[in-house]
Amino acid sequence: MADVTAPISPLDPARALGPSPTGRFFRRMRGHTSVMVGGGILLAIVLMAVFAPLLAPHDPYAQDLFNRLLPPFWMEGSNPAHLLGTDNLGRDYLSRLIYGAQISLLIGICTALLSGIIGSALGVTAGYFGGRVDTVITFIITTRLSMPIVLVALAIVALVGGSLEAVILVLGLLLWDRYAVVMRSATQQARSMDYVAAARAIGCPTWRIVLSEILPNVINNLIVIATFEIAHAILLEAALSFLGLGVQPPAPSWGLMIAEGKEFLLFDPWVIAIPGIALSILVLAVNMLGDGIRDVSAPENRS
Amino acid sequence: MLNFTLRRVAMAILVAITVSIIAFFLVRVSGDLAIALAGEEASAEDIAQIREMYGLDRPIIIQYLDWLGRAVQGDFGESLFFPETVWELVATRLPTTLQLAVSGLVISLMVGIPFGVIAALRPNSWIDRMAMTIAVAGQAIPTFWMGLMLMVVFGLMLGWTPISGDETWVHFILPAVTLGYYSTPPIMRLTRSGMLEVLSADYIRTAYAKGLHPMPVLFKHALRNAVIPVVALASVQFGHMLSGAIVIESVFAMQGIGFLAWESILRNDIAVIQTILLIVSMFYVGLTFISDLLNAWLDPRIRVS
Repeated sequence: MADVTAPISPLDPARALGPSPTGRFFRRMRGHTSVMVGGGILLAIVLMAVFAPLLAPHDPYAQDLFNRLLPPFWMEGSNPAHLLGTDNLGRDYLSRLIYGAQISLLIGICTALLSGIIGSALGVTAGYFGGRVDTVITFIITTRLSMPIVLVALAIVALVGGSLEAVILVLGLLLWDRYAVVMRSATQQARSMDYVAAARAIGCPTWRIVLSEILPNVINNLIVIATFEIAHAILLEAALSFLGLGVQPPAPSWGLMIAEGKEFLLFDPWVIAIPGIALSILVLAVNMLGDGIRDVSAPENRS
Repeated sequence: MLNFTLRRVAMAILVAITVSIIAFFLVRVSGDLAIALAGEEASAEDIAQIREMYGLDRPIIIQYLDWLGRAVQGDFGESLFFPETVWELVATRLPTTLQLAVSGLVISLMVGIPFGVIAALRPNSWIDRMAMTIAVAGQAIPTFWMGLMLMVVFGLMLGWTPISGDETWVHFILPAVTLGYYSTPPIMRLTRSGMLEVLSADYIRTAYAKGLHPMPVLFKHALRNAVIPVVALASVQFGHMLSGAIVIESVFAMQGIGFLAWESILRNDIAVIQTILLIVSMFYVGLTFISDLLNAWLDPRIRVS
């Protein structure tokens, strides 16, 4: 009898061990409520930002001074052409909100990347080499932690001039502390492992040990911090733009929209309510995803 | 412990000096101080004269040492905008900010610790879950927006509180709540995890086994040990509140150093920005030092590493 299926050896590692660690990780992710909810909302916002030109009903910069401060759909006097109403210059609020997601996401992701590279480099270096190097880097981290971030960011943005790039650069250069602290201790732990000693014994160069032995072991921590730092950067950008020292008008930054709506808070509180709710939902989604990944990747959850 | 303390003192001094250097140079590179002093329309001779008068033609290191030497004696120079000296200006504004930060901290401790304890006593109960859900949701709300919304609801719609200013304690309610709610979740989480850890300790079981009343066990034995890291965290949070005050004071138009810093940054009032940056950083250095000592006192393992 001819058996058409290929014989499976009992020693086939793929079968003996079941799904790979990565596979198990994603399987646990799928079963986790806050990963699914946070990730789902985040995905929706990312899609909204990417397809903004297709989704936005109007040009976010087009002013229409005859239709200023139209209320959103749930209030009386609303115009179906402007679902979320218009701002004080008659610009469509929904379109500005959709395009605003691009700014928040761009700032969050670019800042987290930049600060992640700086912080991880510092943390891994301190943790791997220890001794003097560690003392110096710990000192740099302590100094950074002793500087009030909002004040420093405001002063630097005032100096270089507010723009999207300036905000990313300033926040990226400031928000690396948490990466450095966590990566330092994670690397210290990984360094004492036998396989690192083995790699060193066979003469592996340091950079390769760091990249191929240490980094894969601390990558979970890195992803968790990165999500929290994305949220942190989004909130800081909003605060800077609100204070007039972040992204500059007429860009549809959500923080800037709140600042521009501040004068109309008395009669039209929805002008500040809408972008604030959008910001809160985005940050909540990112934080939930981060919390979820942390839970899923925590050692006590590994079976 | 003494050895550890001395090392930490040395570290704190070194950090303080580094921060002062950064505060000095950061603001100095922002523009030519002589032009700022002389005004936009000043002639080249005027600028040169001012540069000489204020010693701005000297090497930058000498200028820094001069600035630091004066700062240590309480002379922070003149504001470009206000008639008072920078020291007078900051000294009159600092109490408002401190009052705001202390109120915010008290609110977050008064909410965070009880809820943390309750959550730890009934882990995974509905109250635990609710507290944690509110904590996660609360962290997502931008503080300045929270302040504005509180202003709309309690100030404008209900008319319970004034919407801006800092004249009476009533003016501090909304800003303090805004500032406090953001620090509440970390305090609540730390109280919860600390209590969970302490409650499973042997000496608590012994205390119960001896037949002690649950309340004294809870407060005298458990909470007292669980709360020390919370105090350490609170001192760091206090520093964040001083920094966060810049946003909150701007929202509520309170005349504290945060609002002053913002105005001064917009006006490029260099001496004021430098001074506020330096003072807030010194608070940070001091508070981090206190927090380190508390943690080391609590956990002897920290002292030796």
